[in-house]
Amino acid sequence: MKMSIREAINQTLHQEMARDERVIVLGEDVASDQGGVYGITEGLPAQFGVHRVIDTPITESAIVGAAGGAALTGLRPVAELMFVDFLGVCLDQILNQIAKFRYMFGGQARTPLVIRTMIGAGTGTGPQHSQILYPLLAAIPGIKVVTPANAADAKGLLTTAIRDDDPVIFCEHKALYMDECEVPEGEYLLPFGQARTAVQGSDITIVGMSRTAVIAEQAAAQLAQKGVSAEVIDLRTLSPLDESTILESLAKTGRLVVVDESNPYCSMASEIAGLAAEQGFDTLDAPVKRITSPHTPVPATPCLEADYVPSVERVMAAVEETLSY
Amino acid sequence: MQQSQIALEKLHDAYRLMKTIREFEERMRSEYQQGKLPGFIHIYRNQEAVAVAACLDMTNEDYIASTHRGHGHCIAKGCEIEAMLLELACKEDGLCNGKGGSMHIADMSKGMLGANAIVGGGPPIAAGAALTAKTLNNGAVSMAFIGDGASDQGTVAESLNLAVVLQLPMIFMYENNRYAEFTKSPKPDGRIAERAGAFGMPAEVVDGSDFFAMYDACQRAITRGREGGGPTAIEAVCNRYYGHFEGDPQAYRDQDELAQERAVSDPIPRFLADPRAAALSAESIAEIDAAILAEIDRGFEVTYAAADPTPDKLYTDVYIHYEGRLR
Repeated sequence: MKMSIREAINQTLHQEMARDERVIVLGEDVASDQGGVYGITEGLPAQFGVHRVIDTPITESAIVGAAGGAALTGLRPVAELMFVDFLGVCLDQILNQIAKFRYMFGGQARTPLVIRTMIGAGTGTGPQHSQILYPLLAAIPGIKVVTPANAADAKGLLTTAIRDDDPVIFCEHKALYMDECEVPEGEYLLPFGQARTAVQGSDITIVGMSRTAVIAEQAAAQLAQKGVSAEVIDLRTLSPLDESTILESLAKTGRLVVVDESNPYCSMASEIAGLAAEQGFDTLDAPVKRITSPHTPVPATPCLEADYVPSVERVMAAVEETLSY
Repeated sequence: MQQSQIALEKLHDAYRLMKTIREFEERMRSEYQQGKLPGFIHIYRNQEAVAVAACLDMTNEDYIASTHRGHGHCIAKGCEIEAMLLELACKEDGLCNGKGGSMHIADMSKGMLGANAIVGGGPPIAAGAALTAKTLNNGAVSMAFIGDGASDQGTVAESLNLAVVLQLPMIFMYENNRYAEFTKSPKPDGRIAERAGAFGMPAEVVDGSDFFAMYDACQRAITRGREGGGPTAIEAVCNRYYGHFEGDPQAYRDQDELAQERAVSDPIPRFLADPRAAALSAESIAEIDAAILAEIDRGFEVTYAAADPTPDKLYTDVYIHYEGRLR
């Protein structure tokens, strides 16, 4: 059935709440009639009641921390951190508490928690509502970071996230919510740590994640018309990271462009370039190219924001440069 | 206020637990001063009545979230002395396999959700445990221990508010020892309870050196939580006998005042002098004392003979399942 990412997430939440009564949803506005800013939780309170779909005050440390404490003691909460930018007011609970429970308690703890959060630029929401921040999260041992790029993956990965016994941060790109594709009916799970080869190719490897996977696919389609065979890899999960799919593709193509909406320093693009340098050096026929956002905040004005995010044109130019090296 | 009578068995437990905390920590200090234990330790002396009164009517299904000064909370919640010592010495068989140590010690089987090296880190977690109890409707309660220093953290305010909004079965157990690390509290006693009460929950100030007053207050709070009456705050006013951490000489405290506070705030002689403890015989006290010392001796013996974690343990228990690289 064809549906949007928004609908796929909504359907998955319905399915998992019906399947397991330990699954609860909590966050700001999640129990409102509108189902939050983008209607993601629409219909849940009517079906499952406000004792399982819980509106909270606007207090992110308490939302995330309580979700962590509830997970530690037997529930399977899905907490909503409305925008990932709000990590700024609850990082301690993620960084020092939730991510470390299992390790610092010597394996006693089980923290089956999902934090759903909106990421990304492209909708004119400016510096404090548009960031990516997933590299910051992927750098923390003890949590997993998931970045679906289409509706089918959103369903498969969210189902896995909710059933996973480790804490998972599920990043939803706000510019992709209305993107539609075919989504499998019924129960659908995708494993973590397995990237998707979105397009098969032989001349060059383009790695993307979340929205940049979509951009990479669009670039590949245009490159195909120019006779360039690009292979596109959508990482799906950043932690765990599917290194072997990247390295295998690189071994085949010899050339690598990584497209990442992060700021450039310590980005996922940097991580993957490092991987290629360390473990794929012999297979490289050209330097790795990193296409990222600049080392600036996200501007609110659409004319500058358009230049901030990686574009199909920038990917095309990077591919051409890499191929002509 | 209604004064509850305490069964003899509970009196024994209360005395045994307070005295165990005292002897355990005094021995810890001595071993630490000889360089035999790693890391930082924070001693709980003279605050024992708070932890013991708070946990005496709890079961393993009730939860506590502790602080960096957490040894007393662990013992009061029922953690085994030997397993604790092994952890504080960071040994493989410690409660947390040596990976937590003093400031992160936890025992999930006892509902002890961890000491916490982040001041104010525990209350949101305790609120989550209370949310579990409320959602499962199992009559359990959850308690956050909070120092007077932590009472100023935003996480504590957020948790107070959430507990009121969601009517969580939660107790905010403030231990006002009047020192936030090296800094004397600028707040008069009672201000912390007043602040908690302003969020819309019952809040009371109790003499934290008076076991029986603490026990009565805790019973009221726990009963309220179990019966769906929502959260309660208790400000236990007490005295920090030693420095912020072991080795802190407390040069910032007036020494005469400190000596006087130490003398009047020791909860153990006060407990024994209370008419409600009259049923406790001298023989049983002597028996309990001897058993405590023997248990601690045995614990240290086992601990010093115990193995350190093997090198491979660096990589275990980061995740339950992870299809990625850890090194």
